[in-house]
Amino acid sequence: MHRRLVPPMVEGDHTFATVTDKISDVTLKKRTPFGWFIGFGISFMVAQLLLFTVVWLLINGIGIWGNNHPVMWAFDIINFVWWIGIGHAGTLISAILLLLNQKWRTSINRFAEAMTLFAVACAAMFPLLHTGRPWLAAYWLFPYPNTMGIWPQFRSPLIWDVFAVSTYATVSALFWYVGLIPDFATLRDRAKNKAFKFVYAILSWGWRGSARHWHRYELAYLILAGLSTPLVLSVHSIVSFDFAVSQLPGWHATIFPPYFVAGAIFAGFAMVLILCIPLRHWYNMKDFITDTHLVNMGKVMLATGLIVVYGYAMEGFFGWYSAAEYEWFMIHNRVWTGPYWWAYWLLLLCNGLSIQLLWFKRFRESEFWLFLISVVVSIGMWLERFVIIVTSLNRDFLPSSWAMYSPRVFDWTMFIGTIGFFFTLLFLFVRFVPIISIFEVRTLLPQANVHGHQQDFEENVNEVEYTYDRTDPPNPEPAK
Amino acid sequence: MDTHNERTGRSLYGLLAEFDSATELVDAARAVRDAGYTRTDAFSPFPLHEIDEALGIKRSILPYLCFGGGIIGLLSGIGLQYFVHVIDYPIIVGGRPHFSLPAFIPPSYELTILLAAFTAVFGMLFLNGLPSPYHPVFNVPRFALATREKFFLLIQADDANFDYERTKGFMQGLNPQEVFDVEE
Repeated sequence: MHRRLVPPMVEGDHTFATVTDKISDVTLKKRTPFGWFIGFGISFMVAQLLLFTVVWLLINGIGIWGNNHPVMWAFDIINFVWWIGIGHAGTLISAILLLLNQKWRTSINRFAEAMTLFAVACAAMFPLLHTGRPWLAAYWLFPYPNTMGIWPQFRSPLIWDVFAVSTYATVSALFWYVGLIPDFATLRDRAKNKAFKFVYAILSWGWRGSARHWHRYELAYLILAGLSTPLVLSVHSIVSFDFAVSQLPGWHATIFPPYFVAGAIFAGFAMVLILCIPLRHWYNMKDFITDTHLVNMGKVMLATGLIVVYGYAMEGFFGWYSAAEYEWFMIHNRVWTGPYWWAYWLLLLCNGLSIQLLWFKRFRESEFWLFLISVVVSIGMWLERFVIIVTSLNRDFLPSSWAMYSPRVFDWTMFIGTIGFFFTLLFLFVRFVPIISIFEVRTLLPQANVHGHQQDFEENVNEVEYTYDRTDPPNPEPAK
Repeated sequence: MDTHNERTGRSLYGLLAEFDSATELVDAARAVRDAGYTRTDAFSPFPLHEIDEALGIKRSILPYLCFGGGIIGLLSGIGLQYFVHVIDYPIIVGGRPHFSLPAFIPPSYELTILLAAFTAVFGMLFLNGLPSPYHPVFNVPRFALATREKFFLLIQADDANFDYERTKGFMQGLNPQEVFDVEE
């Protein structure tokens, strides 16, 4: 028989039909689990914190936050970078791993992309609301002919950021939706409920699985992957330009773009693990999200985490090697003489030390440890942004302008509120959209091979004469 | 070519054969092409690479459209920034020239990707003729399984070689599960 060169990506005895039914039944047939209502309810309540904060903010202005002079960018930009970084794993999984022909991406790309969309939605809120009156900020964010006759400043990294993030959100949404079209067609054909059938029929655009359509579909999907790859790398590079293009010690460093991109992927994979470990349990999806998937994600986390640690080392090295007084002071201030030294060491503990466990198979293969390390890494990546932003700003060039920063209650409610908002959207997604790409999982089954050729696989796979036995019962006679 | 169905009074769109496996579908598609049929189509629950060659599907022009979309995005990005910073509101910032190309790269780059991506998605849907909520093949009840597990092969009635009896006989010779009449 077909010798397997790689571990199986789908476990258990599955056929096209069982794969389809198992994944689509979560949306169509099974009663919504009680736990879903609890999870959704809690998330939705937490999201109300966001609503309340935003309303209060629009009434009172950003004075309700703890931002001060010199720390004028605080939680807004910390949380913005944190959320947008989390989004990056989704695009990495859906685009870069597709181009690299990594089959294991198939069963996690759908919800990783959903995670991207929701994380970008949370991220975008922070800079927009930081303008205080977002509807008045439109003219310097977007180039449109306005009555004042003025335009955005295209030489500013903040405008690059607007273009990068809005393009990223749009292209991620397109990518996600294109992947969903054939699965919506499956749901349309399987739905019994009239209303569901109607909605899924609209969403599927009348998809019928024609060979000509598939041909163009695959081309479009591949092109989107090819476009998303440079896009995702550019987005976090441009986010890092917000810092690196300025003249501030602690921000003005050439290592920032690659170091930020690696950090984004690191944080994103941590979030994917946080989401998919409970998900595969609750929805019994271990056949599709196998232990191999978790191990691979652990490896990606280790690799990107080490790049991030290298970034920390380089920041210190640059501070010393530059022989610039302010650079060296910044490192001192950040690591041991400043008031936020504890944040730096906590960050090293979370991002540097904790991931060393992943060198060992025992920890990589344990769901518990992977989940724990992922949570620790998420906290660590948040601290990283806190350290970069607050410790660089709070003691700037003139000691007379130094000031301490501490967040106020509305900083926290806004941040926690976005977490609630994120999970609210995720719970809705899990309920109404297939959480795993059904048509792509079908291609992973051995039955998908024509004459024993795996779809899109290396040529050195043993070629065997294709034989089949028709075990399915013949079609019933059509009713006259 | 009389393709009218006397019983239902509806005209015939084509004949649809159902298969159980991808291999059977590809083999049948080869046979159909060898028999000289050109107005054909295959339906599968997932993309099959072999079917393109078996049915003689030509490579789509989509990649060229995307390239064009990307170029338009790039030019409009640079053009927009040139217009804003050189023509409409020239102002010196940080001692840089009005046309500061390096600083204009990131927005142009993002617009390139944005327009190319739009072209890829909407170009694909347009070339596929989607959305099309109605298609004659949906009239075959078993066709709902095309998005689940079954494979279908269609020969349209407007094919030059189509003859109801002969084509139906030919399709039954391909060893399908069943052959259906598809009505408009």
